[in-house]
Amino acid sequence: MMNDNSIDHYRRRFLKNAGVTAASAVGGVQLINFANAKSDDQAVADSVRWGMLVDTSKCATDCTACVDSCNEEHGLELFDRPESDVQWIRKVELQNKSTGHQVSLPMLCQHCENPPCVDVCPTGASFKRDDGVVLVNKHTCIGCRYCVMACPYLARSFVHENLENQRSWSPRGKGTVESCNFCVHRVDKGEQPACVVGCQSDGHKALLFGDLNDPDSEISNRANTISSRELRADLSLNTAVRYEGL
Amino acid sequence: MICMTSELVTANNTGNIALGIDDQCVEPTDYMRRYHMDVLLHQRDETVLKGIRTKKHSLVGCINCHTKQDGHGQNIPINDEGQFCESCHTYAAVKIDCFQCHRSTPDIEVANDE
Repeated sequence: MMNDNSIDHYRRRFLKNAGVTAASAVGGVQLINFANAKSDDQAVADSVRWGMLVDTSKCATDCTACVDSCNEEHGLELFDRPESDVQWIRKVELQNKSTGHQVSLPMLCQHCENPPCVDVCPTGASFKRDDGVVLVNKHTCIGCRYCVMACPYLARSFVHENLENQRSWSPRGKGTVESCNFCVHRVDKGEQPACVVGCQSDGHKALLFGDLNDPDSEISNRANTISSRELRADLSLNTAVRYEGL
Repeated sequence: MICMTSELVTANNTGNIALGIDDQCVEPTDYMRRYHMDVLLHQRDETVLKGIRTKKHSLVGCINCHTKQDGHGQNIPINDEGQFCESCHTYAAVKIDCFQCHRSTPDIEVANDE
């Protein structure tokens, strides 16, 4: 059954793909896409470890571009109930009590190398992908929320509401736990996570995403040359998210 | 079971394979009627655990092809009464859990994207 709409759909898809190819050819999308994205049929490999470097000096106090992009990308509905609304990324304001110096930073799942959420999960639903991304397999999550309690970064949320019209790339449902997934659906295609793109297009460029295992990647180079730190480094979780300027 | 399902499909015509893209499903119809759940289960683990995102056996693909539209051009959720998934599942008394989390209509952006 081919109707006019579906022909339109094919035309759009063709033009879009042609556009992307043309843009790649002139190198215009290098900032957004990784050069060596894996193909669809390739499994993620442990040769890669995705990580994020946050430059807190560029993170503006009143800006919520990363949070907004995340909510939009994953269709996170807010019900005006801050106690129970889900939150994959949130802005945190810190102030040094003695100097008064203020810092604003985004707080999200830190994608630990040794994640406490995975340790405590009774069903194995909380797991770490080979490329270091910590995820919840909602097919096996029973909603016990042990992981919510175990995470020292308060990064996990529980879905309390019935949901409809979720994003097709981000299935979510009542009774399961969820948290930042580093936008695996985008990263697997060679794109940057939505928060990084949102921060960039807002002009702040405080977030840098890339492969920590690749010594030539921009994030590795920057982490090598500029001082940055993990949050709660005392827990020896070896987080994939690091912060500059703290 | 295969027979029963086939009879149902012929009898009430709800299992009509309304395809927006092609007249052929990703596998032969008889195979899909009997084994679609295994195919989906396999793909689900491949995608969630390993990040393998081939389109052929993706649930999104099923929904994009098999969803019908009402008189106003609006997509009818695929698990609504009489729709593609629901008609057989009700007959076979097997609860569908997929749509507690997965959306049951095509996603416009995905339709443009894939």
